[in-house]
Amino acid sequence: MLRDITLGQYYPGNSVIHKLDPRTKLVGTLTFIISLFLFRSFAGYLAAALFLAVIIRISGVPFKFMVRGLKSIMILLSITMVFNLFLTPGTPVLVFWKLQITREGIAQAAFMAMRLVMLIIGSTVMTLTTTPNHLTDGMEKGLAPLKKLRVPVHEVAMMMSIALRFIPILMEETDKIMKAQMARGADFESGGLVKKAKSLVPLLVPLFISAFRRANDLAMAMEARGYRGGDGRTKMKPLIYQKRDYRAYLLMLAYLVCIVLIGKVSPV
Amino acid sequence: MGIIEGSGLVYEYRKYGEDGEIAAVTRAVDGVSLDVKRGDFVAILGHNGSGKSTLAKHINAILTPDEGTLYVDGMDTSEEKNLWNVRQSAGMVFQNPDNQIIGTVVEEDVGFGPENMGISTEEIWERVEESLKCVGMWAYRKKSPNKLSGGQKQRVAIAGVVAMHPKCIVLDEPTAMLDPTGRKEVIRTVRALNQVEDVTVLLITHYMEEVIYADKVLVMDEGKVVMQGTPREIFSQVEQLQKYRLDVPQVTLLAHELKKAGLPVPDGVLTVDELVEELCRCK
Repeated sequence: MLRDITLGQYYPGNSVIHKLDPRTKLVGTLTFIISLFLFRSFAGYLAAALFLAVIIRISGVPFKFMVRGLKSIMILLSITMVFNLFLTPGTPVLVFWKLQITREGIAQAAFMAMRLVMLIIGSTVMTLTTTPNHLTDGMEKGLAPLKKLRVPVHEVAMMMSIALRFIPILMEETDKIMKAQMARGADFESGGLVKKAKSLVPLLVPLFISAFRRANDLAMAMEARGYRGGDGRTKMKPLIYQKRDYRAYLLMLAYLVCIVLIGKVSPV
Repeated sequence: MGIIEGSGLVYEYRKYGEDGEIAAVTRAVDGVSLDVKRGDFVAILGHNGSGKSTLAKHINAILTPDEGTLYVDGMDTSEEKNLWNVRQSAGMVFQNPDNQIIGTVVEEDVGFGPENMGISTEEIWERVEESLKCVGMWAYRKKSPNKLSGGQKQRVAIAGVVAMHPKCIVLDEPTAMLDPTGRKEVIRTVRALNQVEDVTVLLITHYMEEVIYADKVLVMDEGKVVMQGTPREIFSQVEQLQKYRLDVPQVTLLAHELKKAGLPVPDGVLTVDELVEELCRCK
């Protein structure tokens, strides 16, 4: 059961978006997020939403998967909306007691919500179309210039990919230890917060010990296979920009120019 | 000249006290000499704590001997500059299949060794294909290692070593954590490697059934090599083996008991077929 968990939320597909270089997608997502803060008019929102809709369409990922990502920010979203609704000064529309809803407040709340929703959906498109491994590779290569500043880019990327490999194994192990402890009468469910936290100790101690042991074994296995850091290492699946990546960059630039123009031309 | 040549190897585990003084010393390997010829299949048998795994780690230069010398393919393992070449010449497969697979996809894991060697991308792919086909795991190349059985994982680990084109492979109890099916899979793969690809194999195990195909068997106890010879020579000394807390294969044991009971059965019977033949001759 635990073997089947997929990490991240990759949705397998064969679209152009799926095939893009992870670096392109990272830059694209960043561009989109920045673009959302470059305008304050309705036309701008319309342009951004349209662009996003086209991208989602091309990716071929069903829209309901995008919406799933929104659940986690529901609370944040409602708080932002309430604050904007009640605390924006302007012409009052509705007044009860000391609180007032202004016309500007309504507009502000709606725009703020749209901005947040698009921000989340925009980044969800990336995580849905890129495997965690690919993303790690993209980050390693994309951040490679930082090596000159002594940032351990390769090491961090290696750690991330090892973590990805071992998360399912450690989860399975947790499950095993939990069952073993339950068979000896451990109780993980009843009691208050403090008692529950205390009952996790007999679960976490063996888990940590085994994780350290695994780390030791793995380090030895890596050394035995000649691992000696990122220098002099070649790649089995090197990241090379294709034609479609250049086209994607061009599209991004065009979009950015459009948004900047809209932000300049249309009124606030 | 042999591919692995060791003489007078000694390795000690030191346990340090609180003040950094040596509290206890355990001699894991005690004066072992060995000479393995190119293309040989050598098995090392031994009870738990007999020093066989410690010895194995020397061949890959994970450990270096405290005393004595060890040459792998003509290179002294104690010399720092030979380290990476030794590791490439002598690949190593460990006991726990989960803890030695690095990649999240089978093919990526097999490519890990060649990547470390700095080989060009095309050649990495060639080697990955060749070694996965060699262990019969090509069909699983896109799978996540977590979804494979123990035997399959161990075969992927072997492919990962084969992809580095080693002259010799050291397998440190590769079947200890597997079920009987997985054990058979792995042993079959190892034998094929030895016979078809002519890779020198050093198999460390405590399952007697796995060593009957070996060219040479070493028995270790308390850090010393106490017996060596062909499987037949070793298995004909049943009492001696039992003294070293090793289980003799059932067939061999049965033949031994029959002989003791007065039947004209020879010593060191290794397979069921052999015993059947011998018994038929008795009539």
